[in-house]
Amino acid sequence: MKIHEYQAKAIFERHGIPIPKGGVAFSAEEALKIAQGLGAKGYVVKAQVHAGGRGKGGGVKKVETLSEVETAARGILGTPLVTVQTGPEGKQVNRLLVEEAVEFRQELYLGITVDRAEAAPVIIVSGAGGVEIEEIAATRPELILKEVVNPLTGLCGYQCRNLVFGLGLEAGAIRSLTPFLQKVYEVFAAYDCSLVEINPLVITKDDGFLALDAKINFDDNALARHPELKELRDPDEEDALERKAGEFNLNYIRLSGNVGAMVNGAGLAMATMDLIKLAGAEPANFLDVGGGANKEMIEAGFKIILGDPRVEAILINIFGGILRCDVLAEGVLQAARTVDIHVPLIVRLQGTNVEEGRRILRESGLDFQVAETISDAARLVAAAVKS
Amino acid sequence: MSILVDERTRVIVQGITGKEGSFHAARCLEYGTRVVGGVTPGKRGRKVEGVPVFNSVAEAVWETGADASLIFVPPPFAADAIMEAAAAGIKVIVCITEGIPTLDMVKVKRILKDTGAHLIGPNCPGIISPGKCKMGIMPGAIHREGTIGVISRSGTLTYEVVDQITRSGLGQSTCIGIGGDPIIGLNFVDLLEMFEDDPDTEAVVVIGEIGGTAEEDAAEFIRNWVEKPVISFIAGLTAPPGKRMGHAGAIISGGTGRAQDKIRALEKAGVRVVRNLGVMGDFIRSYVG
Repeated sequence: MKIHEYQAKAIFERHGIPIPKGGVAFSAEEALKIAQGLGAKGYVVKAQVHAGGRGKGGGVKKVETLSEVETAARGILGTPLVTVQTGPEGKQVNRLLVEEAVEFRQELYLGITVDRAEAAPVIIVSGAGGVEIEEIAATRPELILKEVVNPLTGLCGYQCRNLVFGLGLEAGAIRSLTPFLQKVYEVFAAYDCSLVEINPLVITKDDGFLALDAKINFDDNALARHPELKELRDPDEEDALERKAGEFNLNYIRLSGNVGAMVNGAGLAMATMDLIKLAGAEPANFLDVGGGANKEMIEAGFKIILGDPRVEAILINIFGGILRCDVLAEGVLQAARTVDIHVPLIVRLQGTNVEEGRRILRESGLDFQVAETISDAARLVAAAVKS
Repeated sequence: MSILVDERTRVIVQGITGKEGSFHAARCLEYGTRVVGGVTPGKRGRKVEGVPVFNSVAEAVWETGADASLIFVPPPFAADAIMEAAAAGIKVIVCITEGIPTLDMVKVKRILKDTGAHLIGPNCPGIISPGKCKMGIMPGAIHREGTIGVISRSGTLTYEVVDQITRSGLGQSTCIGIGGDPIIGLNFVDLLEMFEDDPDTEAVVVIGEIGGTAEEDAAEFIRNWVEKPVISFIAGLTAPPGKRMGHAGAIISGGTGRAQDKIRALEKAGVRVVRNLGVMGDFIRSYVG
């Protein structure tokens, strides 16, 4: 799960990690009020969307006067922000973070994530802050420092010292940066984060460290043990169909193609998408109904696929294991009774209770084509879209 | 022959009194697996499918001589269950549970280092040596004893490939689903090494997907150490970046984890990567047979 910068900063503040003074605004009037309360020499107005590259996309404005805060807020709010991560259609901005402008003498990068190869958290810092870390990793990897953290001990003092010296900072920074890094690691571990990123982490004029930006992603598998994080979810950041799917425990991701797919198992679902493409069509979605799907989930999944107006054909590819083919068939019939299936339907069933599943579909009077093998399925899909 | 499990493997099921645990314990028994016991804390003395239930793994090992465990414990308690099995001296631990927090698994991996136990999963279908031992949730009937080793990050995609191999007239020595999570136990490299050393495995099929660098690591290992033929399929050529595709580990981030890069790395190592899933079985037959 992703959250907004201002929400991440609130978590930082609770854990004693210094952040700039500021507040969240949902309107230009609120933005102005926050700025008035700050009484600073300058202000930063930052669009709050779940996407990186906001600065380059024009979603971060540095201004000097209160009236400029209001103008900047009006300019950003309610309009789509296009960044490298949003796609060409952009993301509508509904929230702003208004902060005091901070003077600093150096920008650093700090990130903590889980290194899959090491099977451990890894803390990454770089003296080249404020720019895309992926870019630095690609062009100047020597500027990136890493320490693998033993999860049983947490981030150790000597590791922080390694980073201080690696960054070329004065020895005096050991005393201020060590607790800063350890607090950020504390947040990472305490909330089961998959990513905590501060870019830039700045060194202020009086040698303090300050999180000028903040990004936190949580491990979806651990959300159940952090019920307090639930309210940080911003439904506006999620695709409506994806959200609907989430309510039914379905893994659905909307894509831009014309062939809808319903599959059990994530790997087979991805492979089915690839197969659709190989057959000359484009997948409209990823949909994994999982192993434990019941009739209701199948029905919901089917309706969600049909809810996408771009869909011109639907391929159901089920390799029955835990999910039985007869359950799948009944779910499809249940959906067909309540919605109009206006596109060609291709069904490929294999595995547990396959005969029963095929019989249910055959006797239903539903108009569909049967594919015996996965290759047949691809061929039928391609033909359906072309005609 | 086979790797990791065979007809002598003595299996216990952790979480055997639960819905999933009891259902699959029965399927494994039907297949011929030697399921010798089950564990559910506080339910000692019961029987599930004729199998005795114990309070702890240590107790079950003491009384049954079990050397492998199949885990169906819910996500909040699954990491603990894995560590309990390892502490009791279990050598092959298969964890089916999906949804274990990543930071729990990170700790489990550290603990396992000291025990020498092999962990398969979590979030996986398990392991099967056809005709000998099924420790997992895969449909047993699609498998057939043979000489192809199968390693996969996926569940149903593995069934698809296994089914095609069987229909092509070949069979499998052992099939392992290593799991779809970012942090897992045995990986492609560990298992490629075991298959390379197994005299009855003639060729290995590696089924990968987007996310992480496990396939690239496998490619590097194959190039240096594997002489047996390796055939591969990688799912997710059409997956968009930044989206989690069902499996927690299946995400393309920051330009790494892309299917194209994995395919290129494997092909450079001499692996035959099949693009069309539909012809996988026939291809393996023509290549190996």
